[in-house]
Amino acid sequence: MERVAIIGASMTPFGQRDAWVRELLAEAGAAALDDAGIDGDDLDHLYVSNMASGEFEGQTGVPNALAHDLAAQPAYTARIDQTSSSGGAGVYAAWQSVASGASDLTMLVGGEKMTHRTTAEATDVIASLTHPVEYKQGVTLPSFAGLTARLYLDEYDAPRESLGKVAVKNHANGVDNPHAQFRKEVDLDTVLDSPIVADPLRLYDFCPITDGSAALVFCPESVAAEYVPEDEYAVVSGIGGATDTHVVHERADPTTMGGVVDSSDIAYEMAGIGPDDIDVAELHDMFTILEFLQSEDLGFFEKGEGWKAVEEGVTDRDGDLPINTSGGLKSKGHPLGASGVAQVYEIFEQVTGNAGPRQVEADTGLACNVGGFGNCVTTTILEGNQ
Amino acid sequence: MSDNDATDDANAGDGSEETAEPTFEAAEYADGTVTYPPHTVSPNGAERVGTVDLREYEGHVLTWTTSTATPPGVREPNTLAIVEFELGDEYDGPAVRALGQIAGREDDSGETFDVDIGDRVEPVYAGELREPGAGIREPESQAWDGFRFRPVE
Repeated sequence: MERVAIIGASMTPFGQRDAWVRELLAEAGAAALDDAGIDGDDLDHLYVSNMASGEFEGQTGVPNALAHDLAAQPAYTARIDQTSSSGGAGVYAAWQSVASGASDLTMLVGGEKMTHRTTAEATDVIASLTHPVEYKQGVTLPSFAGLTARLYLDEYDAPRESLGKVAVKNHANGVDNPHAQFRKEVDLDTVLDSPIVADPLRLYDFCPITDGSAALVFCPESVAAEYVPEDEYAVVSGIGGATDTHVVHERADPTTMGGVVDSSDIAYEMAGIGPDDIDVAELHDMFTILEFLQSEDLGFFEKGEGWKAVEEGVTDRDGDLPINTSGGLKSKGHPLGASGVAQVYEIFEQVTGNAGPRQVEADTGLACNVGGFGNCVTTTILEGNQ
Repeated sequence: MSDNDATDDANAGDGSEETAEPTFEAAEYADGTVTYPPHTVSPNGAERVGTVDLREYEGHVLTWTTSTATPPGVREPNTLAIVEFELGDEYDGPAVRALGQIAGREDDSGETFDVDIGDRVEPVYAGELREPGAGIREPESQAWDGFRFRPVE
């Protein structure tokens, strides 16, 4: 199997954008092509990670539209929808296309346009991924987070404040990310006094609704240096995808995300490393509680101990294991199909030494992208070449 | 434990016009496990052999939340709980749970019952849990009646 390198990356500003999904995808795609020093017609494969452009905007067929906009014909195209983990699934598809030898040059572009919808409408589009017996009860992804947060706090005797500290940390990190939706610090009192959304979680425990796009260019490692200097590419040393139950209440332990455990086991084995070898990580903090669950299920901390790591500053930018140096979904924003791509973009920037004021010491980084409430997960490990 | 033969309709008993009194149907499988909702096979891949009516059982609250940002057609606020049913000493399969709304008080206050982790609850039928057609899902694609939970007196 061919080892796969990432030779170009880009992301648009995340936030409330005037551009529609086609324009967002083209903006990120053109920038990634430029970053890799190639043209659209150099691509063999072009993938688009997107959850719901038809539902949000009435625009379907986005991969072909993007291929035309970037003059990438006759590249093979496909849309990758795995709900909130569409981006991670797209990374998997792009990696697979090169690793298998089917493509010598693949671009992945993830994007979503959401902010023209009301919060209630956007919430319902996302909640449509649930089983009929869940949907008819009016469940939302935020309410799954509230249910799980209450159980976690009760089971592991964690203080409510520890969840708020995730929001404080990630907002502080987002200040230095020029692409982030929110570049403003928040203090713990503001988080804990914000309106209740899904008790015990409050407004600042949740990511915003976001427009945006991000892109990555993949090729065989053996030819990566033909496109960019050796210290400017990274290698996908491990990647794994896995699922958990569709119906959330059927999980043996609702505070464990089996898809995170299984996908990371696969990625670690492929990379030949373990959780102790990870220098920096981007986790899917769509809700603050998810950062605890993933940091434990990825093996960074013992079960029920993730909250202590946040309290002790271990996951701060200057801590032993910086988590969400980009600001995470919490501060950077969460344009569904783009998020998993943007997570890998941040790790790419970190392991190639291009993260600017967010830079940490990192040779190896991990991104964990979660769909639904842990229903589908992709874990990706990048190694720098510095 | 089975009440009747398996059916292919995961929503059977959820307001079926042929059923005088709606049932809270879980599936039983050849390996002895029970799931709600019913699936094609058990978590271990065993075939369905019957159904279990969860109306006959009480449960306890595993966790709960009150959602204040609800989608179109959903009551606001919406208090939800994951309830774990107590199927008796003879059952040793995976926990059987359901996600459900907490029922409203019967005192015209418009409020739902208070619940906490560990509280004992029982199912109570509701003809419409959310307004069909108000949200994105096709109204004819699923049932909209079902069961809420209220504290056991």
